[in-house]
Amino acid sequence: MAFDYEQYLRPGKLPHIWCPGCGHGIVMKGLLRAIDRCGLQKNNTAIVSGTGCASRLPGYVDFNTLHTAHGRAAAFATGIKMAKPEMDVLVVGGDGDGIAIGGNHFIHACRRNIDMTYVLMNNYIYGMTGGQFSPCTPTGDRTSTTPYGNPDPIFDVAKLAIGAGATFVARTTAFHATQIDKLITAGLRHKGMAVIEVLDDCPTAFGRHNKFRSVVEMMKRLKDIAVPTQAASQMSPDQLRGKILTGILHQEEKPEYCEQYQQVIARAQAAAKF
Amino acid sequence: MAKKVALLQGNEACAHGALYAGCRFFGGYPITPSTEVAEVMAVELPKIGGTFIQMEDEIGAMASILGAALTGAKAFTATSGPGMSLKQELIGYACMAEIPCVIVNVMRGGPSTGMPTGPSQSDVMQARWGTHGDHPAIALAPSSCQEIFSETVRAFNLAETYRMPVQILLDEINGHMRERIEIPEPGDLEVLNRQLPTVAPEDYKPFDDTQGDVPPLAAFGSDYRYHVTGLNKAADGFPTSKPELVDAEKRRQLRKIEANQAHIEKNEEYRVEDAEVILVAYGTISRSARAAVDHLRNDGIKAGLFRPITLWPFPEKRMARLAEQARAIVVPEMNLGQLILEIERATRRVCPVEGIGRVDGELITPAEIVAKVKEVL
Amino acid sequence: MNNPKVEVIEDYCKGCSICVEFCPTDVFEMVGFVARVVRPEACTRCMLCELRCPDFAVKVY
Repeated sequence: MAFDYEQYLRPGKLPHIWCPGCGHGIVMKGLLRAIDRCGLQKNNTAIVSGTGCASRLPGYVDFNTLHTAHGRAAAFATGIKMAKPEMDVLVVGGDGDGIAIGGNHFIHACRRNIDMTYVLMNNYIYGMTGGQFSPCTPTGDRTSTTPYGNPDPIFDVAKLAIGAGATFVARTTAFHATQIDKLITAGLRHKGMAVIEVLDDCPTAFGRHNKFRSVVEMMKRLKDIAVPTQAASQMSPDQLRGKILTGILHQEEKPEYCEQYQQVIARAQAAAKF
Repeated sequence: MAKKVALLQGNEACAHGALYAGCRFFGGYPITPSTEVAEVMAVELPKIGGTFIQMEDEIGAMASILGAALTGAKAFTATSGPGMSLKQELIGYACMAEIPCVIVNVMRGGPSTGMPTGPSQSDVMQARWGTHGDHPAIALAPSSCQEIFSETVRAFNLAETYRMPVQILLDEINGHMRERIEIPEPGDLEVLNRQLPTVAPEDYKPFDDTQGDVPPLAAFGSDYRYHVTGLNKAADGFPTSKPELVDAEKRRQLRKIEANQAHIEKNEEYRVEDAEVILVAYGTISRSARAAVDHLRNDGIKAGLFRPITLWPFPEKRMARLAEQARAIVVPEMNLGQLILEIERATRRVCPVEGIGRVDGELITPAEIVAKVKEVL
Repeated sequence: MNNPKVEVIEDYCKGCSICVEFCPTDVFEMVGFVARVVRPEACTRCMLCELRCPDFAVKVY
């Protein structure tokens, strides 16, 4: 049956600002299904973003929503979570926002293993400013600021998150719509920092510079490059060239930051008694 | 009952003032010469169930306190010099989204790394104009350790009352100087809290100005849900670029301060009644200026001190009145001329306005001020 | 179970044609700049069109 998205959407906000074929809308729907599945309460949930196309998501959804400055979402979210640990806190945003200007906040939120869920929509580009390269733009690709091909190597968002200490890291694509809500659901249920990278398409800014003729072509590419982790274990390095792994890439149990701070409070209060 | 007394550093007094005001969240980043503020908060906050977090950088610290403030907490951070420059991005956000918070800037020499352990008063203009765009500003410049305590409480009260960031300007001298202070009992000093909404949750608009220029602010995680953005927005909190709404929002934000200047303004005047020379000084240097007034009076020169404790908004009307009676105004400050610009503007130079600036990390002494006054007259 | 009902809200549709291209039973076609339901009887209620519509425009009942 049709999922009732309206129950979580603010009235009168559609159609949204995203371009035709932009996958952010697909991710937003997956996010709402996951929130519904986990039974998150609207008043008790905060959704935080930075700045950029993906960061416009919070404006559409009926929760406590915070659209902050470029790159700062994880740090604002950390303040909310630490001040009110009983709230469910999510961060949404793009690759430039989260991995370039917000990279420091991102890795430190991962390191603390603070209990929040970060949905990073990676469309390889700065879309809102018209298509400049991000740390996730593939080497050699063209953007308005790499007109002769991108000389930069990329950040692998998932590896970065794992290396920094996030205890749940998963990846999927905007094409794999059902996997989006499954992975976000698993992330929400995980205690600690959960990062879900969704490879996304930007037909307007990325597609036009890189000879993707249509939205469909970009979607097909997302379909083609994705390899589930289980399938990948049976594949040769040659077969895996140019592919990306999808599914849960990393999960472990480690002390969660808000709980750690509760112990600090307990120790401080015990010490104060003497 | 005897008052509780303590020998406290200015930075420590600032931290204890914040706790007295009800601060329950501190997000910080270490930077000289402000770090003792963070250290006291790290010790004291967990004892009362509050939260101390050391963030990954200055911007993150500022972001964390804004997030915390939106959950209803009184939130606080401390920084200095280059840290203050970094925080400007989100001070602008706090002005725009109207989020109450307090930032203490223990000023040091600059620009850039400058003199981390040297005093300075060179962030006066940064406190007013550091972030981009038109926005209101409140900045307080206490002098003694006792006053640092009480002005920190007042900073929180102003932040909560006007729903905006408030800056406290200390410097390396009064931040690190130790003085005996009387710790006020609960109730001795006024402690104010932000106005919460009383309308039904479905009717709540976070920037609804129909009841006044400071709309009530609901807490995240309460019965109210709303949207916060750094974009220009309508009363309901959602982005707008309609010229009339953008204009109304900006003017209302400035009006919060302009219409309430009498409440925000705070000055001290010393021997100004018949003064022919008015010294204008603030923070640490006002102590040298006060001593200079006595020296000058002993030498038969009618000097007085005007000490703005609220630097921003600047007490321009009172300043203008004092200028009318003065033969000269002398402004000692540990920079090469910042507040003096505002004094010249406010007085329209009806009398000579002369500055004494030092940027070498040394205090301006009473003798220097006395010499300058005698030169000017 | 009733026959599926497929709907495109034209005010929301931006014409990306994802539903047209990826529907396994070719229920949709582009008509001008928007997707239109042209073969509703072919729908198997797999829901992929609704899941993948970025614009909240496609609904399957």
